[in-house]
Parts: sequence; C-alpha cells; structure tokens
Amino acid sequence: MGKSKRITLIALVLLLAVSLLAGCGQGQKSGGQQGTASGGNEINIGVNYELTGKVATYGTNTKNAILLAFEEINSKGGVLGGKKINPIVLDNGSKQEESMSVAAKLVTENKVVALLGPATTGNTLAAIPVATDNKVPLLTTSATNPDITVDPQTKKVRDYIFRICFTDPPQAIVGAEFAVKDLGAKKAAILYDNTNDYSKGLYQVFKQEFTKRGGQIVAEESFNQDDQDFRPFLTRFKNAGADLIYVPAYYEQVGKIVSQARELGLNVPMLGADGWDSPKLAEFAGGAANLKDTYFTNHYSASDPNPKVQAFVKAYKEKYGTEPDAFAALGYDAAYLLADAINRAGKAEPEAIRQALAETKNFEGVTGKMSFDSNHNPVKEIAIIALVDGKQTLKTKIQPTSN
Amino acid sequence: MAAFLQQIINGLSLGSIYALIALGYTMVYGIIQLINFAHGDILMVGAYVGFLAVVYLKLNIWWAFFLAVASCSLLGVIIERIAYRPLRNAPRLAALITAIGVSLLLENGGLMVLGTDIRSYPAGTINNVQLPITLMGIPITVTTLQIIILAVTIAIMLFLQYIVRYTWAGKAMRAVSYDSDAARLMGINVDNTISVTFALGSAFAAVAGILLGLYYNTIQPLMGIMPGLKAFVAAVIGGIGLIPGAMVGGFALGIFETMVSGYWSSKMRDPIVFLLLILILLIKPAGLLGKSNTEKV
Repeated sequence: MGKSKRITLIALVLLLAVSLLAGCGQGQKSGGQQGTASGGNEINIGVNYELTGKVATYGTNTKNAILLAFEEINSKGGVLGGKKINPIVLDNGSKQEESMSVAAKLVTENKVVALLGPATTGNTLAAIPVATDNKVPLLTTSATNPDITVDPQTKKVRDYIFRICFTDPPQAIVGAEFAVKDLGAKKAAILYDNTNDYSKGLYQVFKQEFTKRGGQIVAEESFNQDDQDFRPFLTRFKNAGADLIYVPAYYEQVGKIVSQARELGLNVPMLGADGWDSPKLAEFAGGAANLKDTYFTNHYSASDPNPKVQAFVKAYKEKYGTEPDAFAALGYDAAYLLADAINRAGKAEPEAIRQALAETKNFEGVTGKMSFDSNHNPVKEIAIIALVDGKQTLKTKIQPTSN
Repeated sequence: MAAFLQQIINGLSLGSIYALIALGYTMVYGIIQLINFAHGDILMVGAYVGFLAVVYLKLNIWWAFFLAVASCSLLGVIIERIAYRPLRNAPRLAALITAIGVSLLLENGGLMVLGTDIRSYPAGTINNVQLPITLMGIPITVTTLQIIILAVTIAIMLFLQYIVRYTWAGKAMRAVSYDSDAARLMGINVDNTISVTFALGSAFAAVAGILLGLYYNTIQPLMGIMPGLKAFVAAVIGGIGLIPGAMVGGFALGIFETMVSGYWSSKMRDPIVFLLLILILLIKPAGLLGKSNTEKV
C-alpha cells in the first residue's frame, strides 16, 4: 500500500515537472518582467505564429528571423538607450481560433506593447479584434489580403493594424504583367482555393489584369481546402489549350497541383504568388524536376546581390543552417521596423508605437525600401522568382504600375 | 475524346482507392451490421506507420506495407475487443455512437501525437513513372502508381472473395453473418471470427492508407475523414455487406466524381455525390448490387 502511494506521488511530481517544462517551452524566455510593459528594463513583444499545422513552415521561418533580429538588436544595445527587447513566442497551430486566443493571452497576461504576426490572412483577421480592442499595434509580416488593414465594411483604415508585406492586388498585377510580357502567355487557366480569401483575391485581380493586357482566360476552376485530387480540372485545362496556369494557393496544394499536372503531361509554365514560398514545395511537388518552368511573385530573393540581403542571408544560415525564405525576410524586417518605431516613438507604449509605425518613411529592409501609405501598406518592388532545379532564383523585380 | 478517356483514367484511380476502403466497411458491416466509422482513421494510422517505416526505419516500401498491415490489423482487433465487443448485445445505435467516438479518439489522438504538420513520403519511395499509352489511337497518360493502385484493389477483392468462399474462416464468417447465435450453437467461435474480420478489414485500410499517401504525396492526421466518408457512400451505393458491391460502388463513385469535376464544377461535386446517395437509398435501399430481402421477424 505504502509503496504504491509513493509511486503515485513520484508520478505526480514527474507529471508536474513535465507540464512545467512544457509551459516554459511554449513561451520562450517568458520569465521576469511580466506585468510591467514599459517600466522595467525589458520590453515585451508578442510573437504569434504558425509553428505547427498546415502552414507551419511560414510561421517557423518568420519566428526564427524575428528572434535573430531581436538578438542582433539586443546585442547592439537594445532600444531606447539600453532597454532589451523580450520576444514572447506562442504557437497558434495554424488555426484561427488559436490565433485569437494566443493574441489575447499575449496582450492580457504578458502585457506586450506590440504584436508581430500571424503569417496568414485568415489567422491575422482572427487576431485583429484583440489588437484593436486592447489598442495594441499589430504588425503582420505576410498577410497580404487588403482587408487586413482596411475594414471592408466601413472602408476605414484599421488604426492599430500594419503590415510589412505588399498586398495581394499589386502581386497579381505584377504576375499578370510578367505572364504576358516575359512568358508570352495568351491563354491562361486559373486554379484557385475557393475556401481562402487570399487565393480568391489574387484570382480576381489576375483575371482582370491578364484580360486587360490582351490575354484570354480559357478555363478556371476552384477547389476546397481539403481537396486532394486535381486531375479532373487539369485534364480540362489541358484540353482547353491553356499555355499558362495561374495557381494562387499555398505550397501544400501547389505541390500536389504541380505534380499532378506534370504527371498528366501538362508541361506549360505555372505561375503563383508568395504562398508558394516554402522549402517543402519541391517535396510536395514530387521532386525538383516537376518545378521546371514555374514562377511566383515574392517579397525578396535570397539570391539578390544587395549587400544588406546577403548579410542577412549569412547570419540566418549561420544560426539556423538553412537559407531564409521570404517569410523569414519579412519577419526580420518587421522586427527591425518595430525596434525602429519604438526608438522613434521615444517610449515603449502601444499608442506611441502605433503613431511611429504609421509615419514610417523610407525604411530600408532586406525586402526593399518601404514607406507606408495611408492604408498602412508598404509601397515597394515585387520580386519574381523562378524555380530552377527546385532552387529559388531571382528572375526580375517589377514595381507595380497601377493600383 | 482524349480528355474523356483521361478523365475515365483519373476516375478509375480515385475509384480504386474508394473501393479499397469500402471493402473494409463492407466486411465489418456484413458480419456484425456495424458501420465502423473508425475505418478511415485506421487508414490514417496505416499511412503513418508506413511513413515512419520508410523515413525513420529506412525500410523499403514493401516492408512498410507489411508493418502497416500488421499494426493496423492489431489495432483493428484491439478496437473491436475494447470498444465494440462489450456492446455487441446492446442496441445497434450504441455501437454506432461508439464507432464515432473511436474515430474522434484516433483523429485527435493522432493530432496530439503526430502534430498537425503535413508530411510526405520521400521522393523515390516508389518508382512512379508516366506511361504514355495509346488507346484506340488516342494518347493518354497513366502512371505506374495508378496501375499499382488498380491492380492491388482488384487483387485484394479477389483474395477476399476466395477467403469468404473457399476457406474455413470464410465459412465461419458467412455463418456468423447469417445468424451468429445459431453459428455459436454449431460450435463456431463467433468472437474469433469477428476478430479475423476486423483484422482483415483493417489490413486493407492500411494498404489503402499508404497508397493514398503515395498518390497524393502528403499525409496528415485527418487524412482519413473524407476518403472514409466517401468510401462509406461507395459501399452503400454498391450495396453494403457485398464485396463486389464495394468495388462497383467505389469505381462508380470515383468516375462519377471525376466527371462532375471535369465537365461541370468542383462546387457541384460533393452536393451531387450525397444527392446520389439519397437517391440510391430512396430507390434501391439495398444498393446497386443488393437484393432486397424482407427483414426477419
């Protein structure tokens, strides 16, 4: 009897220890300064990202670069003349409801002065009410839908929401221009995700711009998030004589679509957007060979000769062992911009940081030089990436003309 | 015409996977009149066992199949022993609800243990090449994997027919399905027979899981839900409880879905599939191959 009791006790202690450890793992370096937002020597910044789940590579890479940037900033003396930035990282599991509760936890429990993330449009939209209600600025790194910074119902700018990536429309405009001018496409087919605002938005703008530039949309089809079999649509596209396929979707689906298209002998160029950016793309596409003649619009390219870009690529590679993708680049820029805004604000208070972010002019990041327009969107160049042997290479950079 | 033939090939491949999963549903239903909703999730477990075998144990794909089949058979038997056997004499609804519970347990347990990350079998796990085939003068594309899927499905169906018709275990299964009490009186070990049925059904689910993982190049813990549901519809369309019915239903559903997506719209696919299910249940409730016999009183 006594022995079994002791075992139960040991088990309980172990369980407690494990759950404590798990708690620590979730919020990196979350000790110390809780409850004092700007008073102490540390400034809490919330980092709400997709570290597991459907788009885990987006969130993980962004988070890695954010932590790298904050480390660099802290090692150079921090912000506001010696204060250290304390990033608090939480995982939203690529789910909207989680994203919302993570944002709420960061704001109410960790008293963060600003929020970074999430990476995707849907998850960011879920976190927006939390930021707005608590009057804490939220800077998203890669949510490209226009509705992020402008409320679609009231048409008013959301005061506390900013982004560092370009929005969807210029991305689709540049894509259409590239398709017509560089690829010589005349008959395009579009395959988009009907359950995803990002994908639908790109589809609409691309269709409009491609037609405006003299092209013809010969077929279009939508799919649902969980669809696996794209062969029926692709067979139809092939039959319609498409000489380009535009696929504004996320890498997991893109990989399957590319591999199934190539399998059906549909070897026309395929074009996409920044949702393609993932080192896992080649894996899901069934090998690098299938990615021949595929392109996508993106925020930056690691092969850009710009010394600022190369310094970042080197530092990231040294720390994490892989080449940083655009999500990492945007995360890096967002962290630096936030630190810059805190310095410009002169104090680590949400309202002052919000004001400083809105006034951003000619900020030099690795994803280009940017200024914020009145809608809290950066104005900057868009890179077109070609996948050569599965590797991303900078094809060209285009400044969006209209919109 | 080329497009039409290609769509038929697309449909046949999708249909074979449905058929393969439907075989498991049908077997279990045929024996104990239980719709084993956990079947699709056993498939997921099979896909992951195969993935772990290939990636971490560095085994080749055939050993992966073997391991997946072995562990899923065991899992099927355990599920039956723990979750279904205690309810065997309870109303059928109780067992059905338990099946849904087991399904949710496997899905969420899978999410917990495996995480929500999407994985894919490493390139070259199976040598998948395109075979340009000319059919009646029209070129179409078929891959080796599609042929393997079709061949495996047909082979498994024939194997199952053989077991059910010509072996002792099959004879016992038929007896139990006809009248389990009478079978017990005749000295048939009903519990063991049911265990064998679950082991076989789950083994097929494991095979389907790996093939599905290879065909779509990705696996994730919720991958079994939709194919499981579709295969259930296929089994009902063909006539649940009938082995050839599962095949006919699976192929019919796969081709039907592909045609709706290919010639109409993907948005219409699922509504039409379930409309088809409702129509079959209204017009010919026993399924395409089923004989309607009056309920015994």
